[in-house]
Amino acid sequence: MSASGRTPLLEARSIVKSFGKVQALRGADFTVLPNEVVALVGDNGAGKSTLVKTLAGVHQADGGEILFEGRPVTIASPLDARALGIETVYQDLALAAELDPASNLFLGREILRAGPLGRLGFLDKRAMRRQSDEAFERLSVAIQDVGAPVATMSGGQRQGIAVSRAVMWASKVVFMDEPTAALGVVQTRNVLDLIGRVKGQGLSVVLISHNMPEVLEVADRVEVLRLGERVAQFERGDVSMEDIVGAMTGALQRKDGT
Amino acid sequence: MSTTPAAVEPDQPAQAPWWQRFVGGSSAPIGLILIGLIVVFSVLEYENFVSVSNGRNITTDAAVLLVLAVGSTFVIVTAGIDLSVGSVLVFAGVAAAKAMEQVGGESVGTLLVGLVAALASGLAWGVLNGFLIAKAKIPALIVTLGSLGMALGAALLITGGVDQRDVPFKLVETVGSGRLFGELPYLVLIAFAVALAGGILLAATRFGRYTYAIGSNEEGARRAGVAVDRHLIKVYALSGTLAGLAGYLSLARFATTTIGGHSTDNLQAIAAIVIGGTSLFGGVGTMLGTVFGVFIPAVLQNGFVIVGLQPFWQQVAVGAVLIIAVYLDQLRRRSNYQR
Repeated sequence: MSASGRTPLLEARSIVKSFGKVQALRGADFTVLPNEVVALVGDNGAGKSTLVKTLAGVHQADGGEILFEGRPVTIASPLDARALGIETVYQDLALAAELDPASNLFLGREILRAGPLGRLGFLDKRAMRRQSDEAFERLSVAIQDVGAPVATMSGGQRQGIAVSRAVMWASKVVFMDEPTAALGVVQTRNVLDLIGRVKGQGLSVVLISHNMPEVLEVADRVEVLRLGERVAQFERGDVSMEDIVGAMTGALQRKDGT
Repeated sequence: MSTTPAAVEPDQPAQAPWWQRFVGGSSAPIGLILIGLIVVFSVLEYENFVSVSNGRNITTDAAVLLVLAVGSTFVIVTAGIDLSVGSVLVFAGVAAAKAMEQVGGESVGTLLVGLVAALASGLAWGVLNGFLIAKAKIPALIVTLGSLGMALGAALLITGGVDQRDVPFKLVETVGSGRLFGELPYLVLIAFAVALAGGILLAATRFGRYTYAIGSNEEGARRAGVAVDRHLIKVYALSGTLAGLAGYLSLARFATTTIGGHSTDNLQAIAAIVIGGTSLFGGVGTMLGTVFGVFIPAVLQNGFVIVGLQPFWQQVAVGAVLIIAVYLDQLRRRSNYQR
């Protein structure tokens, strides 16, 4: 059971994952509560990305179980994760740079025209563009020219497009893998505000970050991974940067009541 | 980067009108070059260059190459390459000629058997290419270089190295040299119909959208749920099938299999596509650009002969245009990614 006593939205239990002889996850636990921002932190090699990719269906776990809204589930592919309402903003964003924002938002889920033309595969570009505009507006992502290729846009705008895509299709959880790592101060600010707005839409956000001030600012809870295991869970308010860093490095003993 | 939270400027039109996109599109500069060439040759030799029969000559000469280039445009937009089209053309022509010889006669049925044989053999080579590239993960350059040799070798094996000249006269008379209303060559009509259909497929359908997306970011498309492998197989299958059609058209036009005459078709098609503004790095390109790119070498060839220049200058000029086109593409990419 989680720290706050609510039924977790997504819960990973004792996840084991090895790549050859390297054991990336050694019985890792992880909990996402409904409508929260939870930060997943850890030093390099702690297994953060592996854990997220396992939950997003990119990797398959060797052992352990995943519970979604209390039910055991199998996430064998990104499509399985998608069906559960889980979307991921990858660190490299996975955008098609030569396509425009609307095309990227609907990539793999295009809207086709009604009638016989649609059955021939004709796209309803107008509908996709309109819905994209709405999605950008909801999240206050500023795109000057929605018809221009993503390649011509700034890093912050691209991040905004990738986040908008995830939020548009996610019904439960959005994973964000180091969304601010490549951004400047202003753009980082925008992304952090964006995270707040995503939560405001009723979703949960899993934020992977190295940036402790950022984590302390936006996260409701913090879970710390070290050497492939969860070593600490903190609630907002009763945690300092020293606590988190101590748990990350092993200087602090386990502090989660498990 | 704007930091204002205002999402979209409301007074901005959602999309420019079609003529603006047409004029301002990436194929516009190359279209102007083509028009410029036509104007120059018209001024120099109005009598001989500007005539219905000369227009017919240019378009007829370019028709088979245009069909090849339409298929290769899809391939290059995926950031792939298909070197095998010329050999597949030859193989398909041989297959069609042999099939029609077997059936015999001059009936429409015989001609259709030949068409089916050409399309099917083109499709088969295309599927083989696509499967090896998408599933076995062998680079497209190598796979299609291999099938270039295999298809040509197979064509030579089937014919014993001698061109098949026994082509139904009915085919040559209709598809090969016939004209609609006595004016429009069927060969040209077929080629433009293929280009139009290909253009619509690329620009307006999900098939085209996936073609661009894979060329732009293959891994990203995969993570977005696009069946990348299957799509790549389809794209190479399309290229092979159109090479098969081109083989049938070539057979109809020349009344022989022209086994030795297509060793540079692949490079001509690639040059035309790149001149037309399609990027070899994938994700960018239009069918209209490809049409322009096919006709620039064709107009140069024809124009140089008419104005009395040595036609060999055409090769020099096309080579220069090709290099300039790729340089412009590089400039565009650099300025895009500078932000």
